[in-house]
Amino acid sequence: MDVKDMKITIGHLYPDLLNLYGDRGNIACLMQRCIWRGIEAETIEFNTGDVIDFSKLDIVLLGGGSDREQAIVCKNLLEIQSQFKEYVEDDGVVIAVCGGYQLLGKYYKTDDGMIEGLNLVDIYTEQEEGRLIDNIVLESPLADMPVVGFENHGGRTYINGNQPFGKVLYGSGNDGKSGYEGVIYKNVIGTYLHGPLLPKNPQICDYLIQKALERKYGSVQLSPLDDSQEKEANDYIYYRFVKA
Amino acid sequence: MRLRRMLAVWAAKISEKASVHIFHRQGVTWAGKIALKIDPDILKELAGQVKKEIFIVCGTNGKTTTNNMLCAALEEEGYKVICNHTGSNMLNGVVAAFALGAGLGGNLEADYACIEIDEASTRRVFPHFKPDYMVLTNLFRDQLDRYGEIDITMNILKEVMQSAPDMKVIVNGDDALSAYLAMDSGNPFITYGISEKVVDDNDSHEIREGRFCKKCGAQLHYNFYHYSQLGDYSCTACDFRRPEIQYDASDIEISDHLAFSVEGRRIEANYKGFYNVYNILAAYTAGRASGLSLEHYQQMLKKFNPENGRMEQFQIKGTKTVLNLAKNPAGFNQNISAVMQDDTLKDVIIVINDNAQDGTDVSWLWDVDFDRLKGANVNSITVSGIRCYDMRLRMKYVDIPSMLEADVEKAIRERVENGCKNLYVLVNYTALFSTRNVLKRLEGED
Repeated sequence: MDVKDMKITIGHLYPDLLNLYGDRGNIACLMQRCIWRGIEAETIEFNTGDVIDFSKLDIVLLGGGSDREQAIVCKNLLEIQSQFKEYVEDDGVVIAVCGGYQLLGKYYKTDDGMIEGLNLVDIYTEQEEGRLIDNIVLESPLADMPVVGFENHGGRTYINGNQPFGKVLYGSGNDGKSGYEGVIYKNVIGTYLHGPLLPKNPQICDYLIQKALERKYGSVQLSPLDDSQEKEANDYIYYRFVKA
Repeated sequence: MRLRRMLAVWAAKISEKASVHIFHRQGVTWAGKIALKIDPDILKELAGQVKKEIFIVCGTNGKTTTNNMLCAALEEEGYKVICNHTGSNMLNGVVAAFALGAGLGGNLEADYACIEIDEASTRRVFPHFKPDYMVLTNLFRDQLDRYGEIDITMNILKEVMQSAPDMKVIVNGDDALSAYLAMDSGNPFITYGISEKVVDDNDSHEIREGRFCKKCGAQLHYNFYHYSQLGDYSCTACDFRRPEIQYDASDIEISDHLAFSVEGRRIEANYKGFYNVYNILAAYTAGRASGLSLEHYQQMLKKFNPENGRMEQFQIKGTKTVLNLAKNPAGFNQNISAVMQDDTLKDVIIVINDNAQDGTDVSWLWDVDFDRLKGANVNSITVSGIRCYDMRLRMKYVDIPSMLEADVEKAIRERVENGCKNLYVLVNYTALFSTRNVLKRLEGED
């Protein structure tokens, strides 16, 4: 099948509440990298209270929000939990960032109480003393290039036996102790990296697009794009914080 | 301890003189630091010598312009005013404003003080003195890595407001976040705002804070937006709504100049940008609320030159150059609007740094509607500064090509040489001072 006949539908969940760290950049990156290849791309925004039909979605993006906003989102999410779970177990592609990452797990325990999570991945988060705020660089099995971004979180996420998104080369990661960042479960990536994540990490973006297309159409070969500007921006962070 | 205070004042003056020409604003901060070290009570004592009242200005955007305008307005009425003009707005900068304004005898001869304070620094300043008025301009998304989240900023401001229960809050009633804070604090408050719809901004994709009621969590309904989340709002569930506006600007004109009416007076200014209506109105409200008639306000505005990189103009070898600070999405979107109000062909240079004072997290660049530059009659875009690679990528993903030159001076020289003689330089915080120095120097080369 020619990619020109393919289409990706991205579901952006609750941008009215979860839109803290340039998450629009992740959407723009997914959209453009499809469009530049001739793949049709559409983003549907679901605000709190909207009905979500997961069977129409190829990539789900769950962004970051403040703790207070997350608690509001959580109420909405629990209503769709079983459909979301079905989507994930059926290899649906999910990219969950910051607050969205925390919501993937069983719970997020904060000083103000417990936010119940979606329980899509066997992980949990607890608020601990001090926020982990800095640029961050990872080595990830999903990319040849280092993965670069920015982290800012008070919660420490414990991923039990799950596969991490990457090994921390610079920064704090999931809990500031384990040396790992994020989680990979089936076609779900959960990560604290914003900045936003995808523009400076085009291989991660293409990984998500590839997985979504394969799930929908079977085997797919993505045509290469000129990523020299992406590479230079990625290199700048890598050389400044890791190779310095 | 007068002697200790005198020593502190001298030390501040000497260190400022010695360093300010080399280190600019940093020099002012050092002066404050040294003064406070020698005399820990200096701020408390000098603030206590202000004869009439102390105003402070807080809020994400518009602090420096509003504060300097209020200072100029008070001076125009013949008063002597202490002010941190340079925008040094953390504790040391505030100390420096008072110490450098004192005489060699260690005493202050001032009627008023106008002090802008960084929101997170209010907690360190308030133990030294309690202001009579706090102007709260707005609360937007800004430097999230430093403050955590906007909720944290609001908690800090609430705490300091409650620590000074007699302080009157002069608040932008069009901002649901600021207005809620003023109401919630229990402090007396005075409102300013714009009750008429001015622009068609309801379709904008701009990221808006405060879509939800801070009081009950339900969605807010907006009759209209001015820009960002500023507008006419009411809660769909509880009784929270835009407060009654006491200083209400009407008959707004926004083009290559600004004009509006308040209290039956017509106020005009030769600046661009909707946001400046708020700055002018905030300073006016502060002066009027304190009981002054401000008869010379219009006269002050005619002369007022921000001279601080807020729409500041330079002539460089025949190129009309405008420098403007933009440090967060709300400010940058307003800047793009101001650039678009000039419909002639233009070059644009965007300078982005990520030093501590800028916020080391540059993800906010993706919350700015840069795609609007496609319709701005732009000849070229050059990206510069420490994070120029991020900025170039930002433009790439809205299909706008840009040139990259990390060195600001080279970028400006190149556009002056080869550009279309109409140049806008949009910079974030720490880039402002270095860029302004470059522009001043190039202007002098003529």
